[in-house]
Amino acid sequence: MSAAVTGTPAGQEAWLAAFAARERRLANECPWWLQGLRRTALSRFAELGFPTTRVEEWKYTNLAPLARTVFEPAGPLAPGDRRPSSWVETIGGAVAWTVNGILGAASAGRDFSIGSLRAAWQETPELVQRHLSRHAVFDRHAFVALNTAFFEDGVLLRIRDGAVLDQPLVLVHYVSGNGDTPLACHGRTLVLAGRNSQASIVEAWVGPDGLVYLTNSVAEAVLGEGAVLEYVRLQLEGDKAYHFSALHARQGRSSSLAVHTVLLGGALTRSEIGSVLAGEGASTVLNGLYLARGDQHMDNYTTLDHAQPHATSVELYKGILDGRSTGVFHGRIIVRPEAQKTDAIQRNRNLLLSPDAVINTKPQLEIYADDVRCTHGATVGQVDADAIFYLRSRGIAHREARRLLTLAFAQEITDRINPASLRERLNAELVVRLDPIEE
Amino acid sequence: MLEIRNLHAKAGDKSILRGVNLKVCAGEVHAIMGPNGSGKSTLAQVIAGRDLYEVTEGEVLFEGKNLLELSPEERAREGIFLAFQYPVEIPGVSNLYFLRTALNAVRKHRGLEELDVVDFMELVKQRVKLLGMNEALLERPVNEGFSGGEKKRNEILQMAVLEPRLAILDETDSGLDIDALKAVAAGINAMRSPERAIVVVTHYQRLLEYVEPDFVHVMAEGRIVRSGDKELARELERQGYSWLEEEEALAGESRT
Repeated sequence: MSAAVTGTPAGQEAWLAAFAARERRLANECPWWLQGLRRTALSRFAELGFPTTRVEEWKYTNLAPLARTVFEPAGPLAPGDRRPSSWVETIGGAVAWTVNGILGAASAGRDFSIGSLRAAWQETPELVQRHLSRHAVFDRHAFVALNTAFFEDGVLLRIRDGAVLDQPLVLVHYVSGNGDTPLACHGRTLVLAGRNSQASIVEAWVGPDGLVYLTNSVAEAVLGEGAVLEYVRLQLEGDKAYHFSALHARQGRSSSLAVHTVLLGGALTRSEIGSVLAGEGASTVLNGLYLARGDQHMDNYTTLDHAQPHATSVELYKGILDGRSTGVFHGRIIVRPEAQKTDAIQRNRNLLLSPDAVINTKPQLEIYADDVRCTHGATVGQVDADAIFYLRSRGIAHREARRLLTLAFAQEITDRINPASLRERLNAELVVRLDPIEE
Repeated sequence: MLEIRNLHAKAGDKSILRGVNLKVCAGEVHAIMGPNGSGKSTLAQVIAGRDLYEVTEGEVLFEGKNLLELSPEERAREGIFLAFQYPVEIPGVSNLYFLRTALNAVRKHRGLEELDVVDFMELVKQRVKLLGMNEALLERPVNEGFSGGEKKRNEILQMAVLEPRLAILDETDSGLDIDALKAVAAGINAMRSPERAIVVVTHYQRLLEYVEPDFVHVMAEGRIVRSGDKELARELERQGYSWLEEEEALAGESRT
């Protein structure tokens, strides 16, 4: 009895049935290799199932409610339905958006293009086949497997070799639905940053409050030799959303990747950021900010895989947890035997605003080279009482003092985010979200 | 202006203030001296409203109001200012933003209009000049990475901007070289006025050579044990505090 419940939950059966129902249609739309990939991914998902908390990487994130839920694959926006919008589209730059995983508006310039992944696998199948599913590997990952089985479209961002883009590429993913059926949306993004290119991407997930839905988003980014990429990822999901997003990057020689992850919405979030520093002298910066309130759960899982010498990584994740919220930071750093002279720094700092909030923080260093420098540190604390008193003694109200100090804590991350229009809008968003915090 | 009657306070189980009596009138400068652990800093913090200390007996009146019923921010808005012995570093909050937020909170309470950025900058720059401070410190996060002298000057700057009715300076002279000491003293003297009272808490007589007090009090064992004029400070400088402790010990013995 219990085996039936935990082994093959209703939700999992439903996924298999949903796949069968659309397999024929997808087979007509996809090249043979992609359809093969989907079938393999689905059977892998069927074997894996959703991870339980007995799996080390998922120890603090309980997926039982998700595994029980029957989701319906989200479809394209019905004709006549108003498409959603958000402030993220107003920060400037080249804007593209998807609704329920289907590209709605593309964008292109002399040195870049943001286009449909479906169009790309039809028009330039070799290019897509060379990169798709090479970096986000589903063998051991149920969500990546599910995404690979189900994504119908997606976004291909290409930045030409040597291009220096002076405006960000903005990509907003909307979920739209009405009614009581939980929707599932498997967005897929492929970023190809050419050699010696320089660009910034802002990718955001936006959904309505009150709707139960699953965002299961997978992004792969390939950085050519000497490429410089700033990648901002904003989770602004609705309050009942399950949000799973994974970025798997592969960095060429002397390339530089900076990922800024900001988690604000959703009911349950798992944000995975991984990069393989596959070329000598590559550098990675991972910044993260998670602000959890009420019953929100936010799980951050990062992997930095130092595979070649002289690479550096600097990671700083900061969490603010209020109410009965829970947070997780699990930071893995792997230093391969060849990766001598690796310099890796990992820090995780947490601010607990409520006695009922919980954070689990776990560094995981796997070092197989001997001439390296790896440091890590984690802190968990409350708003500094001395600082509060100092501000109050100057006439600043208690609430305002707390808000000011909490904002300052968060802004260490947002201050690093460009463009300024996005930074300012994000800081304003933080002010709003921190305002109702009670003493 | 300030009247303290039989004030007792403790930190945890440890009783620190054991019956302080003190009256400070507008226009006066008082110095409170005493050895380490005599309760001087605790007295300053209790007046400012630090919740680490629990008042168990006595009262503190400020312009007739019961100060102990007010929150720290209300006290500040009523016109009380404490220059901290150890100013707190606040990463991520710029000195300017902090000062303007504080000033506008105080101004609002006094029924004055909030200052806009332009007017505020004019005021701050004028005060910064007066104190011989480095203007670059304004853009930096509050006290973060400031030297000891810069932190103390920053306290005086806050006082000069907020213009309190009663300023309590807790060991503002400690750790200063002679130039910084003179600058801080000049800042304090510039604040002297018939409407304002200043209480200087200090271990040493050094600052009092530049800021001449009207009254000097000596604290020991949580009480004011001696009051006098500036001559008392000189006497302490010559003899140290040991004679006091001996006297106290004798007094203690005779009490038991």
